[in-house]
Amino acid sequence: MTLTDEHRLLQETSVRLFADKGAVSHLRALRDQHDPRGYDEPLWAAMAASGLTGLLVPEAYGGTAIGWVGAGLVAREIGRNLSLTPFLSTAVLGATALGTGGSEAQKKIWLPRIASGEGLVALAVDEGPHHRPENLRLAVSQGTVTGEKTFVLDGHVADLLLVAAYDAGATALYAVDAHAMGVTVERTILVDSCNAARIRFDHVPAAPLADGRAALDAALRAGRAVLAAELVGVAAEVFRRTVDYLKQRKQFGQLIGSLQGLQHRAAQLYGETVMADALAFAALDACDRAAPNAEALVYAAKAKAARVALQAGQEAIQMHGGIGMTDDFDIGFFIKRARGAGASLGEVNYCADRFAALGGY
Amino acid sequence: MIDLEEFRTQTRAWLQANCPEEMRQPERTLADHCWGGRRWKFQSDAQRLWMDRMVAKGWTAPKWPICYGGDGLSREQAAVLAEEMKRIGARAPVANFGHWFLGPALLRFGSAAIKQKFLPPICRGETRWCEGYSEPGAGSDLAGLQTRAEDKGDYFLVNGQKIWTSFADRADWIFCLVRTDPQAPKHQGISLLLFDMDSPGVTTRPIKLISGESDFCQTFFDNVRVPKDQLVGELNGGWTVAKYLLTHERDEIGDEPPGLLRDKALGPLACEFVGRRGSQLADPVLRDAIARLDVDTLAFKAYQEKLRAETELGEGLGAQSALLKYYGTELNKRRYELMMDAAGTAGLEWDSAQTHGGQYAREWLRTKGNSIEGGTSEVMLGIVAKRILGLPDATRGASA
Repeated sequence: MTLTDEHRLLQETSVRLFADKGAVSHLRALRDQHDPRGYDEPLWAAMAASGLTGLLVPEAYGGTAIGWVGAGLVAREIGRNLSLTPFLSTAVLGATALGTGGSEAQKKIWLPRIASGEGLVALAVDEGPHHRPENLRLAVSQGTVTGEKTFVLDGHVADLLLVAAYDAGATALYAVDAHAMGVTVERTILVDSCNAARIRFDHVPAAPLADGRAALDAALRAGRAVLAAELVGVAAEVFRRTVDYLKQRKQFGQLIGSLQGLQHRAAQLYGETVMADALAFAALDACDRAAPNAEALVYAAKAKAARVALQAGQEAIQMHGGIGMTDDFDIGFFIKRARGAGASLGEVNYCADRFAALGGY
Repeated sequence: MIDLEEFRTQTRAWLQANCPEEMRQPERTLADHCWGGRRWKFQSDAQRLWMDRMVAKGWTAPKWPICYGGDGLSREQAAVLAEEMKRIGARAPVANFGHWFLGPALLRFGSAAIKQKFLPPICRGETRWCEGYSEPGAGSDLAGLQTRAEDKGDYFLVNGQKIWTSFADRADWIFCLVRTDPQAPKHQGISLLLFDMDSPGVTTRPIKLISGESDFCQTFFDNVRVPKDQLVGELNGGWTVAKYLLTHERDEIGDEPPGLLRDKALGPLACEFVGRRGSQLADPVLRDAIARLDVDTLAFKAYQEKLRAETELGEGLGAQSALLKYYGTELNKRRYELMMDAAGTAGLEWDSAQTHGGQYAREWLRTKGNSIEGGTSEVMLGIVAKRILGLPDATRGASA
């Protein structure tokens, strides 16, 4: 896969934007101030101003439709900087679901609002501690939904909820007004300071998307691919910081980076991070090309990226020693995001299982 | 230059018309490989025909200049040729260490005379080369090699011993690292010589491996006279050539080797041995391990592709080849371990017809050498740590 000029420009924009306006210090501030919205509002506004919120929105609805590799380039910077934004929930999951399976009226209302950054969307799928979209129980009957969803990313600030539910034996996706009567939202702040919500529905009107099955499948696939890119950003940055530390820290009268035991682990980890990165972008590229193996590549990429990010986060703490365990030092933030993003839309084991099934074993 | 799609169409048609049916099956073992050379006995008329046709086309070394017997293809065209050959399962027409390693090094470091003398016979499949690198006292510390070449005015006199010389007993010529200046620091007193294995004073002895095969030899040099014009590059400048050559070798070893598992998915193969529960492999632990391996392999290939796309023709991959070598070989070892897990007791058979003479066990054991030959995994990790990550040497670290 090679990046186009458009991609390169987007990459440069993202690198600069997140380094300037979304650095790791913002995450700490939002966490410590118990911010009621829980995400970086100035950063989100800046992303919207630079067109990053409409990468997956068709031009007819105010976006740029750059595609999944483009979204991955942004997500990788989000991962590097641990930025807190509704990019995944709104610009990826929301835009893809509505763009793929929304009715013309739904697209007309929501896609321009997503592209402009004004409207926030959340996808409600999970019903238990594991992402199992093929085993949902929540049902829609006579146009209303009743029951509970959990781990709804950015569900506490969303204007529109896209709810996966059963109807007449098939899973579909429903648009639910987040402010409607009968919707109860409990914000759950996560270990990585990302936000999710537990949401109860009590006879709430639910409008089906025109093609809910396709919308859900496309959104989940896009979400996993973009999460893989975010995770490789997490891994690359925590690894970079760790290698820097190995070149500074002295023990036994020598730089610890000269010790073979650490050098070999660092070299292995380097290999893992660059290969996870290559796979993530190969998967995103396959999505852009609608390649027949896109689905398998996405599962593989998500499994690999999640495992590598976690390993990089762990090695970072170990190689930093005691200081790595302190809250004052940023390095511990990375393993938290690795866990959170790793569990979103299917943990390593789930992705590996789906990947094996697609491989015929 | 003709358009790439046009080239593809022409190539496809030519291969269709010229590749014999028998040569359209992947090599099952090394015995199916056409090594070429003056002692080579073709296993079939088809093998000879295929080689001759490809030689005439310049496609035994397609990227090499036409004047040396190649076809001067661009990287993109060569990739198309490789894809089209793979599409019909065409075997390499002829290939040995001359094509893989020596040729690229000569193209970069050889004089015009050396290139003119040695490259065309490689392209024509007339010379089978072997590589004289490792010595009993110089394995991972390759630059510590002791084989001496003394300047005797109009020739070098070579004395010493090499080990792990692959197929030296079947090779025509050797490219050999020798010490030409014993006083200089170890990296600066090494030269690369080319000489005929039939020269008086050269003897070889095969080494039997744990796989039961004897791919490697011990090679002895006793007062071997080598003409001065068979020196490659600068006198005492051999280490630079050797390193360049090794990056090609590492890249090659990192690729998937021929054998039972080449281009074969392990998951479905494991189902044949273990059975299925529903649609899934019946052993869930093995299934998970295979899925992990497959994911890691995909990531490796994605990275390999990315690197190759970013590397211009003629440029080596440098230190990145150490990373590819490490990963490729470790993945291959994992793959064969899982294959043995899957095959169960069937994999233990050593010479049954059903296993083509114990192919499972033999190939499994052979893979153990992958992470040793061409530089051990540990040496590769050291290269990655120092040359890519910029981590300090132990000595420098102490004084820093």
